[in-house]
Amino acid sequence: MEVIFMLIGFSLLVAIIFLVLFFWAVRSGQFDDQYTPSMRVLFDDKKSEQQQTTNNKNRDEECHH
Amino acid sequence: MKEVKSTISRDLCYHCGEQCEESIIMLDDKPFCCAGCKTAYQILDKSGLCNYYDLESHPGINLKSTKSRARFDYLEDQEVIERISDFQNNQQLSVTLYIPNIHCTSCVWLLENLQKLDDGVLQSTVNFMRHELSLLVDIEKTSLRNVVEQLTTIGYEPEIRLDKLDAKTSKSHQNRSLWLKLGVAGFAFGNIMLFSFPDYLDFSSGGMGTHFQVFFGALNIILAVPVLVYSSSDYLKSAFAALSQRGVNLDVPISIGIVALFSRSVYEIVTGVGTGYMDSFTGLIFFLLIGKLIQQKTFNRLSFDRDYRSYLPIAVNSVDASGAEKSISLDKLKPGIEIRLRNQELVPCDSILLSEKAFVDYSFITGESDPQEVNQGDHVYAGARLTGTSATLRTEEEVENSYLTKLWNHEAFTNNDKELKLTSFADRISPYFTVSVLGISALAGMYWLSAAGMEMALSVFTAVLIIACPCALALSTPFTLGSALNVLSLNGLFVKNHLLLENLSKATSIVFDKTGTLTNKQDKNVQYIGEKLSEEQKILILSACQQSIHPVSRKIVEHLVDDIEHTFRPDSFYEVSGKGIFAAFEGNLICIGSRQFLSEQTNLSISDIPVSEFDGTTAHLAINGEYLGTFSFKAGLRDGIGNLLQSLKSSFKTFLISGDNESQREEFAGLFGMDESLLFNNSPEEKLEFINNLQKDNQKVVMVGDGLNDAGALKQSDFGIALSDDISSFSPACDAILEGDSLQDLNKFIRFSQACMKIIIASFVLSLLYNTIGLSFAISGHLSPLVAAILMPLSSVSVMVFTFLTTRYTANKLGLAIWK
Repeated sequence: MEVIFMLIGFSLLVAIIFLVLFFWAVRSGQFDDQYTPSMRVLFDDKKSEQQQTTNNKNRDEECHH
Repeated sequence: MKEVKSTISRDLCYHCGEQCEESIIMLDDKPFCCAGCKTAYQILDKSGLCNYYDLESHPGINLKSTKSRARFDYLEDQEVIERISDFQNNQQLSVTLYIPNIHCTSCVWLLENLQKLDDGVLQSTVNFMRHELSLLVDIEKTSLRNVVEQLTTIGYEPEIRLDKLDAKTSKSHQNRSLWLKLGVAGFAFGNIMLFSFPDYLDFSSGGMGTHFQVFFGALNIILAVPVLVYSSSDYLKSAFAALSQRGVNLDVPISIGIVALFSRSVYEIVTGVGTGYMDSFTGLIFFLLIGKLIQQKTFNRLSFDRDYRSYLPIAVNSVDASGAEKSISLDKLKPGIEIRLRNQELVPCDSILLSEKAFVDYSFITGESDPQEVNQGDHVYAGARLTGTSATLRTEEEVENSYLTKLWNHEAFTNNDKELKLTSFADRISPYFTVSVLGISALAGMYWLSAAGMEMALSVFTAVLIIACPCALALSTPFTLGSALNVLSLNGLFVKNHLLLENLSKATSIVFDKTGTLTNKQDKNVQYIGEKLSEEQKILILSACQQSIHPVSRKIVEHLVDDIEHTFRPDSFYEVSGKGIFAAFEGNLICIGSRQFLSEQTNLSISDIPVSEFDGTTAHLAINGEYLGTFSFKAGLRDGIGNLLQSLKSSFKTFLISGDNESQREEFAGLFGMDESLLFNNSPEEKLEFINNLQKDNQKVVMVGDGLNDAGALKQSDFGIALSDDISSFSPACDAILEGDSLQDLNKFIRFSQACMKIIIASFVLSLLYNTIGLSFAISGHLSPLVAAILMPLSSVSVMVFTFLTTRYTANKLGLAIWK
């Protein structure tokens, strides 16, 4: 049964990781505007070559190959 | 990449979707309604931004009406740039612009790809709900003026108004901390519930139990500490602040409960007598914070706090002795400066017209959109909008001392405590609540002290404090009113703050503005009485009236233009201003104007022309010297006004207060009943005073208005409703914004708000019921952690469900929409 101490330790660790991620998400402003991102979803992926945001650069290169 | 859609319509503008009426400009096999739309397309096409047209069809903004481009000279001024930007250094400039035209996915896409159009734009982000574009600009590659002019060319003109000066967009987001607090509370709540589960199954009796108990107990305390010091800090601070001012608000009993819960739990865990109530504690905070989040939900795309500075531009063009124009920011505008204004620009301060003649409309101020003619030397008041040709004016007053803007110096605007005074019912009863909770716990404690000793007495004392913590009580107001606000917004009424709803529910008097509120701004009824006109005659009348910019002519044009396809240019045309027009077409002579004008221009004697019985504006028509009939104009009432007033009159005092003359007194006397409830010729200050006097008679006043001249009355009233036909466009400072079409439901809104107050009281009773049940456990000394863990969330959740269902049910019964 001692294994429970370890398991709980792990589960708490995972939960804390999620809490930290949540903090990061809020701090980076993801909860400030809850509407516009839903519209950005509609911007087609195949047109990503037109977008110059750093996030999409890698995908762009793949498209060009 | 550029797939031309097969469904390009032949006569709809590819850019804006407008019917191409006058002429079609073809480019790349696509039709455009005007040069502006074509230019916008060309710019986007050149930069490879034609996805814009694929995301939504015809997403563009019609550019036909923007003939005279707004001038952005002032954006060259380093000082202005500094004062409107959020941040600036040698290379970069960050600024947030308000762009009213943002309306669809394509807009967002285009504006966020702005760097394609101007490589000086480093970053552009749209907030759709706020209609805001945040820009980071490289000022070595481009200037703010360039970017703004580029935006204007493609149809997204930013609104840069006087209130933007020095108003840095606050980057501190108070909502963020609430989310974080909620996250911490939810995290602790979930984990502690898991750790507490074995206790509920009485797992601890086994040999391993004590180890687990110590381990889980320690974990629970560790997890609960951040909830106490971080998540619940707002409640503790607010309670402390209230107590130090010798007041008691609802946060006081909540804080007592919080502290009692936490310290009792720590005590139980440390001494090993029990397992504590950490799950109830964290759950309590979690639910309270959800309530707070709902409370903070506002309609942030609407502005409720606008004053005159939101309407005036940031700068105007001044003219110096040599005739050269130079932009000057409004706060530096002194009396005696010559300024030049162009079509659709606002007069920033009271001025005297130097040009020979100009047309202005006061739609911002009174809601009346018909242009008026002013002559050289006449006074033009701040807020007037120039229409037609440009004009030169000399300023007479500083901006803040002008006739209209002086209203904002009134005390109704300077002491801003209408909202500070708002308290919820829960806050008002909390002193009694706190005293009775402390009384009960002390009595119960004393009883057990004599019956079973100190330890039991303390245990019962804290148990009562814990169970009496008014969590459900604290939730009932935000949940009921939050739900009510949602229902009202579905029906076209957007309320600024949920506590204001109580003011609406207590209304005893309702005051209406006339122009633009009861009467419909756009749709003026034009009536023609006389001999029937043939098609040909209609064409001639329309052709003649199109030559004139007088408001009466414009109205006749609007009235006739629907069924007529083409018009002619008259061979000769002249206009006597304020009297009438005269036009000749190949042998047909059209004469429209006053009786006197007709008799002067034609052979008709003045007695041939009947005096109209109608008391509004009229224009008489003669063709080829023969009297045919009369056009009469009156502002149409909005739909359902008659029924609305009928239903309101039985329970409220109703008043009409207008800045206009008495020409419509008869008509409104029928609607309002008593003659003394009709007030005409009132200045903005007089409107404010009238509301003030009503309030001195202990009336709770709801004011419904739409123009800037109602701003004082709206501010002074207990519940000021600004009526707006386009809710994202301008409206004066107010407590709620109402869509024009929803005015007829006003009575329903008031009755709904009254019902909501009853729902709040009912949910109080419900939560008190839970408290009583809990108290019976607590006083008898049987409050186990399990009972607390069930009872506390149950009471919160049932209050949430109860308020949600009853508000929707009531709204449905009153005939309000409850779903989208």
